Amino acid sequence: MKTVVSVIGKDAVGITAKVSTVCSECNANILDITQSVLQDMFVMVMLTEIKDLNCTFSEFSDKMKELGKANGLDIRVMHEDIFNSMHRI
Amino acid sequence: MINIHDIMETINMISEENLDIRTITMGISLLDCCDSDPEKACEKIYNKITRLAGNLVKTGEDIEKEFGIPIINKRISVTPISMIIASSGGDPVMYAKTLQRAADATGVNFIGGFSALVHKGFSAGDEELIRAIPRALAETTNVCSSVNIGSTKAGINMDAVKLMGQIVREAAEITADRECIGCAKLVVFCNAVEDNPFMAGAFHGVGEPDCVIHVGVSGPGVVQAAIKKYPNATLGELAEIIKRTAFKITRMGQLVGTEASKRLGVPFGIVDLSLAPTPAVGDSVAHILEEMGLDSCGIHGTTAALAMLNDAVKKGGVMASSYVGGLSGAFIPVSEDAGMIAAARSGDLSLQKLEAMTAVCSVGLDMIVIPGETPAEVISAIIADEAAIGMVNSKTTAVRVIPAIGKQKGEELDFGGLLGSGPIMDVNLNKLPTKFIDRAGRIPAPLQSLKN
Repeated sequence: MKTVVSVIGKDAVGITAKVSTVCSECNANILDITQSVLQDMFVMVMLTEIKDLNCTFSEFSDKMKELGKANGLDIRVMHEDIFNSMHRI
Repeated sequence: MINIHDIMETINMISEENLDIRTITMGISLLDCCDSDPEKACEKIYNKITRLAGNLVKTGEDIEKEFGIPIINKRISVTPISMIIASSGGDPVMYAKTLQRAADATGVNFIGGFSALVHKGFSAGDEELIRAIPRALAETTNVCSSVNIGSTKAGINMDAVKLMGQIVREAAEITADRECIGCAKLVVFCNAVEDNPFMAGAFHGVGEPDCVIHVGVSGPGVVQAAIKKYPNATLGELAEIIKRTAFKITRMGQLVGTEASKRLGVPFGIVDLSLAPTPAVGDSVAHILEEMGLDSCGIHGTTAALAMLNDAVKKGGVMASSYVGGLSGAFIPVSEDAGMIAAARSGDLSLQKLEAMTAVCSVGLDMIVIPGETPAEVISAIIADEAAIGMVNSKTTAVRVIPAIGKQKGEELDFGGLLGSGPIMDVNLNKLPTKFIDRAGRIPAPLQSLKN
């Protein structure tokens, strides 16, 4: 299963590193990364493959959420199908 | 990879514009739970519901987490209980309590189906159930009840209309100490649908499979936000914008529905293409109408704006889902919509206007607080008027009014949660329809019914 990890917040040093570290800790493979500044907000989107996670999806998602909280960022982990179904016919 | 702007749009819809899946509703047939012993029948009902819906809430929460989309309600609808009483007998309230027990065990927040279908007449079990509705709703918290009193094919059963006026009053009276909450869980329908996932009117029709999953989507805030971006668009252009937005909302419903059906091993029924408001700011159908250019919901122009909105929602949604059903359209429940509440308080929104609005949208006079002294025959007449609109226009209409027992104009009822709160609205009590309602009998099916 592929998930989209989205990170929204103020730009700062090391955001990508921190998020990638959690991915690596949980054995989530990063397939693609895009980042941009939208409406003064730093936005990073990461596509990850999580079929070989060493924890449950829920734990992975919670870890990301905690990381976001600790750094003043909004981090969400969502199944890629939600975006595919909404934006592609 | 998916476009970053698309990803941001989806996240924004969820976090800023209150986009959610309003409900996953599991429909369960209870026809195989009949028994000559009513207690055994109740036990079979409890066992069947808990067996099939045991994982419903958990599955809903899992999907919520994985897909990152809030699923507000997990609910159950069952075969109209009057059909079970017809063969199993016993006190209807005992069945309501069984449904409550099943709701507690499964953790769902509403269970619908304490219902009777009497559009042409009463059969065994129907009248007993209807007369027990006030008590059943007073003695349970999560059980919802509905009665279908008319249809385009059958006409309107005015005996049932007369009875329901009394039942609505009674349901309010015996829950008067709890904001008359009984009436918030009771819907009187014309042309009730068999696959409605929304409460309080959900029941599992006899033409449905043994067990099925329906999904109801929401998203008034998303539509409002989309319209806001185009202050100078013509109405034709607005319709396009609404269609595009409705398409996206519905796709999400379709995805969640198919996923839930796969995980629960239950067939997928329908997506209900609805705009279902909540009392939260930014989740209001009235505010969409105001965003379209009305100073307040309820003024002249409201019906036209609502008609366009309702139509565009359906046109946009219908291609996004493989099976569309339920009530499908914009809901206008007064107490559950921040904009409607404000318009009712200011006097811009009247009962008469609401009645006109129900002719062009889903579903009917919904969650409207009326004066406590409103007599049963006036409630019956309100039901009859609304049923006539549904019957002639071949659409579902419904009445869910709450007589605020012991309260006067200017006061409000506060139900809390998604049911919201509402001011008492004006009802014409100067002259009465007593003679008309007392005639009873049946209004014949209209010419529209002769389609063959």
